[in-house]
Amino acid sequence: MVRDQLPSDKNTLIKEGTKTERGTAVSKRQRAKLVRIGVYVATVLVLVFVGLTVDWQSIQESFFNPEIFREQFPDIVTQAARNTLIFTFFGFTGGLAVGLVIAVMRISSIRAYRWFAAPYIELLRGLPALLTILIIGFGVPIATGTQLPGRYTTGSLALALVASAYIAENIRAGIEAVPRGQMEAARSLGMTYTRAMISIVIPQAFRIIIPPLTNELVLLLKDTSLISVLGVTEATREITRFARDGVIDSANATPFIAAGVVYLAITIPLTRAAALIERRARQAR
Amino acid sequence: MSNDGSVAPETPGATDTPIQIHDLYKSFGDLEVLKGIDLHIERGDVVCIIGPSGSGKSTLLRCVNHLEVPTSGRVIVDGFDLTDPDCDVDKVRRGIGMVFQLFNLFPQLTVLGNVTIAQRRVLKRRKAEAREIGIQALERVGLAEKADEYPINLSGGQQQRVAIARSLAMNPDMMLFDEVTSALDPELVGEVLGVMRSLAEEGMTMLVVTHEMGFARNVADRVIFMDDGQIVEEGPPEQVIVDPQHERTQQFLNMVLEDY
Repeated sequence: MVRDQLPSDKNTLIKEGTKTERGTAVSKRQRAKLVRIGVYVATVLVLVFVGLTVDWQSIQESFFNPEIFREQFPDIVTQAARNTLIFTFFGFTGGLAVGLVIAVMRISSIRAYRWFAAPYIELLRGLPALLTILIIGFGVPIATGTQLPGRYTTGSLALALVASAYIAENIRAGIEAVPRGQMEAARSLGMTYTRAMISIVIPQAFRIIIPPLTNELVLLLKDTSLISVLGVTEATREITRFARDGVIDSANATPFIAAGVVYLAITIPLTRAAALIERRARQAR
Repeated sequence: MSNDGSVAPETPGATDTPIQIHDLYKSFGDLEVLKGIDLHIERGDVVCIIGPSGSGKSTLLRCVNHLEVPTSGRVIVDGFDLTDPDCDVDKVRRGIGMVFQLFNLFPQLTVLGNVTIAQRRVLKRRKAEAREIGIQALERVGLAEKADEYPINLSGGQQQRVAIARSLAMNPDMMLFDEVTSALDPELVGEVLGVMRSLAEEGMTMLVVTHEMGFARNVADRVIFMDDGQIVEEGPPEQVIVDPQHERTQQFLNMVLEDY
């Protein structure tokens, strides 16, 4: 009996349901369509307004002057990009080394290590990178009366300090993401804590943190532009400083565009390569 | 003070009793998990620990190789008192193989890498020697042909057998098994139990936390039933599993064996 009634009940339910649903659906869709058309019209109006009011001739001359653009090369690559990459390399490897030590201290069972690492990270993450660079570049020489030897040392050191705090937090997160059983298995095979960290846990942690670490690398590469506040010499000009000098020399903004092109020529392949490494690492897991 | 953390054996001939546990208590915060465990295991014994989840059997096992630090009491393994602060726990652990529920193979290493890394880094064996011993260990679990695979490419049963081989490659005096078949698909349980059974037949000292009543009944020399952090009943399997004396053991076995 129940079975006999069921189909008819179901039918009426479905009919009523479709009626009301379709009723609201149509008006909703229409409303969405109207909004969309409105957005398109507004966009076109803005573009037309900009197109009519802006002086394209002047924009092209001051930003996209082909002659000045060409003049930037090859120095913007052989000198400026080279210096940017040197600062990035030393800053990142230094930051990686210090960051690894700080990360391991941060999760250590020894309280004194944690008490050093936690404020270190808080301090350097809390300060603007520019201030850290100024302190290392001007503050330390004033306080100690000595200048660090080497053209790249001061800038690289400042960048390494800035990077180390962020990298330490990345590594710590990576270590904590490695399943606890990995450490237990390693310890139960007789490895010491340190040996298990080095041989088993940290290699896995680095696989996990490839994406955020690449992010750090790109951020650091861009932060090399801050080094110019230290009053670099001609020989250590990085890309941004090079472009700024170029703009002042030529009274034209085109060197900025050239600098942007060079930065992107470095950063885009970098992130692509990291994505490739990440995919490989995931396959091997 | 001796460098290797050795202490005078508790009793004469203690080496014939490689695991001695005295009045062991373990708490996690306010939760008391082990409430006074006394346990002696003789060389060559296969002892299965059964009991409901939360009864403390895994914690007891983990106290034997100091993965859990006892709150009080003594754990003496191979004559070394692990609860002595001067004991070199890392050294004692070399003699204790441990196999985990979730395998815990090292995913970044090949199967061969898994069975050689501790030999190389801990025992300082040469590469060729470690490789040879590693392959032998893999042969014992029937997986020598998988030496160059990564763990991810193996079935659960194969991974667990590699984990057993990884421990065997260290030439342990005893093996601890912590619910090693609980994470496996039913059809893969047999191959792991088979390896464990052959180890038992070769005379390995084994402490096995398990839910496999058939294995406990057929392979164990002694079965221990734990409940609520205490050993409720222990004895040969015919007694504890077939004819349990204690009411709690009877209740547990009725629930577990319902499926049979």
